[in-house]
Amino acid sequence: MSEKIKYFLERLSWVDIMVWLFGLAILVIAVIGVIGSIHNAYYTKEQWMDFVVFGISQGGVYALIALGYTLVYGILFMINFAHGDIFMAGAFTGYFLAAKLNQYGIYNSHPIISLLLIMLLAMVTSVVVALITERVAYRPLRKAPRLVPLITAIGASFTIEYTFRGLYGSGVEAYPDMKIFVGKTSVFGLRILKVHLLVIILSILLMAGLYAYVQYTKAGKAMRAVAEDKDVASLMGVDVDRVIVNTFILGAALAGIAGVLYALIFKQVHFFMGFIPGIKAFTAAVVGGIGNVPGAMLGGFILGIFEALGPGLILEGLGIPASYQLKDVIAFTLLVLVLIFRPTGLMGERLSEEKV
Amino acid sequence: MAMLELKDVHSFYGNIEALKGISLYVDEGEIVTLIGANGAGKTTTLRTITGLIKPRQGTVTLEGEDLTKFKPHEIVYKGVSMVPEGRGIFARLTVAENLDLGAYIRNDKEGIKEDLERVYELFPRLKERRNQVAGTLSGGEQQMLAIGRALMARPRLLLLDEPSMGLAPVLVELIFDTIVDINKQGTTILLVEQNALMALSIAHRGYVLRTGEIVLADSAENLRNNEMVQKTYLGME
Repeated sequence: MSEKIKYFLERLSWVDIMVWLFGLAILVIAVIGVIGSIHNAYYTKEQWMDFVVFGISQGGVYALIALGYTLVYGILFMINFAHGDIFMAGAFTGYFLAAKLNQYGIYNSHPIISLLLIMLLAMVTSVVVALITERVAYRPLRKAPRLVPLITAIGASFTIEYTFRGLYGSGVEAYPDMKIFVGKTSVFGLRILKVHLLVIILSILLMAGLYAYVQYTKAGKAMRAVAEDKDVASLMGVDVDRVIVNTFILGAALAGIAGVLYALIFKQVHFFMGFIPGIKAFTAAVVGGIGNVPGAMLGGFILGIFEALGPGLILEGLGIPASYQLKDVIAFTLLVLVLIFRPTGLMGERLSEEKV
Repeated sequence: MAMLELKDVHSFYGNIEALKGISLYVDEGEIVTLIGANGAGKTTTLRTITGLIKPRQGTVTLEGEDLTKFKPHEIVYKGVSMVPEGRGIFARLTVAENLDLGAYIRNDKEGIKEDLERVYELFPRLKERRNQVAGTLSGGEQQMLAIGRALMARPRLLLLDEPSMGLAPVLVELIFDTIVDINKQGTTILLVEQNALMALSIAHRGYVLRTGEIVLADSAENLRNNEMVQKTYLGME
């Protein structure tokens, strides 16, 4: 036993101690905040429930975007930083259809059809943007060092943002409300916003569908094979380029739908709207373990709930005014903590040498 | 006409010439072996045949058709399967999923099922472990899986890259017996081996490779009795 302690002390470095103190400090601050909030009872039970439901629904959106990051990373070991803008492309284009449908009254007379049409258009737009990006910015650099596609990804991100700014203008556009989704409804005795319910159900269905696709279909197996070893996958007869394109299509389609869902919750779109959700979803993917499909889903929900509860539960208790505006602090603190204490993410596996 | 024929093939890794003009052929129904030391170019030869490396010069033909203009996944459709070096199984997929991927190019459900039974018959251990993640298999089981997976494509030509590597002698025997069985059932085999003794004991013909060149080509029996081969590759004095 003393041997073990001696070994442990020998291995202990100042960096470790600082890191643990940092973690401890954050934990103490969080606990003080929580005690303060509970003691002062700023919110009622219903309000807390609202926070949780809101957290789950925005978590669902984060998860859908995060899947795009994680799928592409799993196959190409590349962070597609333009993914947030692919999400924006879908949401923004969907807006114009929504506005037109609203103008002719179809939006509220046939809400389900309208919603499906908007989602379809958003999906197609996102997929087209993603395919162009892949073809122009990523494929020619497939064999380049890994920093290179990362830099082009940032360039692609700006290109998409300012292309849409040029096309659609720099104003903030308001998504019209869909009457059947206004107000609250009862689920298991809980009063929750209909929009949140819709978003939660749709995002969970999409994730289940994606999981089944990756896990059980032939194309999904080929995708996992390519993620593990491209050469051997091609020896099985798998067209690796085709699978890579499919992966981009899949990620972009989910991002497009996520864009519409996001717009339904927050009710506005503009050309820069992809940036923050994109980074948040990337955070979610890292929290869950990048490259891991269930991890991205879990990470999305965890991040969504943390971000919804954190300001009221922790920051408010510390006496910080207008705490909700600091929700990003909660999200990125979570990222820092995960990177320090579990760099592989919650469900991630250690990357083997050859993969890195 | 030979089933597979390589004529004056030069292949490069960057600027390093790994194959300096290889010519060989494999007739239908044969077991042909390529023996040689580490770095002789054995794996490079197989990678050139499967299209993973494009030769700078020379031709690779399968039944008269030039293979060099095809991508690796297209060559699989021509009936060429490879068991890669170091087994190359998909470690995070289950045994059954690995075998499914072996049959990726096929759509005949009945035939696939038949072949799956055949593979399980050949390697009962795989059947026991079919729902296990392949990364948890032992080295021998992984080799069985790699061979089984290649068979699932129902290849006419099977390329094997060092199937005996890292295996216990008992398992090596089992694997080689299986290779003979597979051959008897009508699959042509090109076998790359460092274990020259075993390879020459089952092959019909053999080539000896040294630093990217073929230095000897003969029947397996003649090679076994060749003084140079005995000294260099069979460890006899």
